[in-house]
Amino acid sequence: MATIYTEDQISVQELIGDFMKKKVKPYLRELDDRGEFPQDIYKEAFKLGLHCLQIPEEFGGAGLDYVTMAVALEEMGKCDPGFAITMLSTSMTLKCILLGGNKEQKQRAADILIPGAHGCFSMTEPLAGSDALGLRTTACEDGDDYILNGTKCFATNGGYSDLYVIIATVDKSLGSKGTVAFMVEGDTPGLNVGKHENKMGLRLSNTCDLYLENVRVPKTNMLGSVGDGIRIALAGLDTGRIYNAAIAVGIAQNAIEESVAYAKTREQFGKPIFENQALKMMLADMQIGTEAGRQLVFNAMRLLDGGVKKVSMEASCAKTFCSDNAVKVTTDAVQILGGYGYSKEYPVEKMMRDSKIFQIFEGTNQIQRLVIAKEMAKLY
Amino acid sequence: MNIIVCVKQVPDTTEIKIDPDTNTLIRSGVHSIVNPFDGYALEAAARIKDTHPDTKIVALSMGPGQAQTALKECLAIAADKAYLISDRAFGGSDTLATSYILSAGVKKLEELEGKFDMIFCGKQAIDGDTAQVGPELAEHLGLPQVTYALEAWLEENCLKVLKEDGDQKLLLQVCTPCLITFTKPAFDPRYPSIKRRLAANRVQIPVLGAAELPGIDLARAGLKGSPTKVKRTFCPERKKGGVIIREESGLASAAKLFHMLEDARLI
Repeated sequence: MATIYTEDQISVQELIGDFMKKKVKPYLRELDDRGEFPQDIYKEAFKLGLHCLQIPEEFGGAGLDYVTMAVALEEMGKCDPGFAITMLSTSMTLKCILLGGNKEQKQRAADILIPGAHGCFSMTEPLAGSDALGLRTTACEDGDDYILNGTKCFATNGGYSDLYVIIATVDKSLGSKGTVAFMVEGDTPGLNVGKHENKMGLRLSNTCDLYLENVRVPKTNMLGSVGDGIRIALAGLDTGRIYNAAIAVGIAQNAIEESVAYAKTREQFGKPIFENQALKMMLADMQIGTEAGRQLVFNAMRLLDGGVKKVSMEASCAKTFCSDNAVKVTTDAVQILGGYGYSKEYPVEKMMRDSKIFQIFEGTNQIQRLVIAKEMAKLY
Repeated sequence: MNIIVCVKQVPDTTEIKIDPDTNTLIRSGVHSIVNPFDGYALEAAARIKDTHPDTKIVALSMGPGQAQTALKECLAIAADKAYLISDRAFGGSDTLATSYILSAGVKKLEELEGKFDMIFCGKQAIDGDTAQVGPELAEHLGLPQVTYALEAWLEENCLKVLKEDGDQKLLLQVCTPCLITFTKPAFDPRYPSIKRRLAANRVQIPVLGAAELPGIDLARAGLKGSPTKVKRTFCPERKKGGVIIREESGLASAAKLFHMLEDARLI
């Protein structure tokens, strides 16, 4: 165990672990094959409040602190990272509104999402990925409304959300000063869902294009004011990276447990393959990397719980290290299980596919290293 | 409606080891859970509360201090209140002594929480498997009882109970107050929300000792009050077959039964 867990952390870990084991794990292979969104399972997860774990209790959430949130995300990620990302995306959408919205907007958003609905935060566009300011979705003032037009992509929960946060610009030439963030309700005319990405991993997560065609939203739906869009969008960036790191730790932990269990029972040359020193070296390295990653996550979360506002360096370190580790550990797990590891009959090839995206989203690991170097230049 | 749900904390394993010297369970080093059948009883109470929101559910357990964990689980899922009966004088109680102490506990809870309409129990605990505590508790309290219930619901203030009875199911109507023991229903019990689960961690559970149970006869509690000696444990074989008598009328059925018993020289 990485750290001494509190009574609450043990409760969260046991409850989520039990739910995942009984309600998600038995269906994983089929769901992964089909790539369908398991809405029935998500509706059950809403009842536990897994989509609003860190939302303050005054808005109806569970009010978890950051470290406990890491415990929860690792536990979800350990069973299925697509499930974890689905729940997390709703939480992040609501958190974004709680950070950038006024009292009325916060309550309205909580009333939509907390009882049990998906939320979607959408900034990424075909030409605006790592370069967020390249966004082209426009917001034109029209009386008491704004009219949104543009195309978004890779929108997590895009096809199933009751509430969206859309980042747009009133004037591209103004750069960040022209950006705006809007709350858009799912049934707003003109908000059309495009194709669902047929992804390599995270098959339980929904990822869509969004087409905004003259989407009319009242000015009262704007979070903050003109020029606040990017600031609001990026406010949750650091924490988002640590959340993703926590899920990546869960993937690696799952791969370790499968690998050890297999190595202890698989016999070749009259003994379990676990007894081979070459294999022990691999397993030990898997453990070292995963435990180190977990500590990076916990450390970053402790800083946030302690009131430290600026954790860019720690967040990027955790995100990069944990996702690189998850890819390595799951690849090694496939190696340890050999031919069976490569087969869909066994669970580790899915982990390898699931892990890869963690080096890509929430800022690619190349971007993360730029962030880390930038912070280093300031520090030393 | 006021419902008491009796729960027991049990070791979480299907491979329970038995101490060959004492013929009792080895409990150390095993993770503890709420007895699953008691969980079904709690779910049944929660379902009544779903349809009648003014229902109060009080969880009651007897055991060592660590049984508070099981009661916190009940608070997280559906219980409004929880009480633990715990006293060194109660240690070593068999089912007779346990049900006697629980009956004293129920009387105390009526003082604290008001009259009860129903007491729900699991049909048996997965560690002892006796299925005796629920029925004995009903006897101590002089309550009508239904055992092996699958579901229970209120219909115009009457309690309807669907119960297992061998290969058939019986639908019964029961007067309250009453005691019902539950077996595994067709549905899964609900999960608590994370929010309720964490709130339950902060609840101080009142502990009722012998001093808090007025009028309790300590000669009937604990080892002293336990006549049971375990000689061996086994699962009784289920009797198969039987004769179903279904004549035109009840009277005709009774007459046929009478003749059959007479022919067998049983009467």
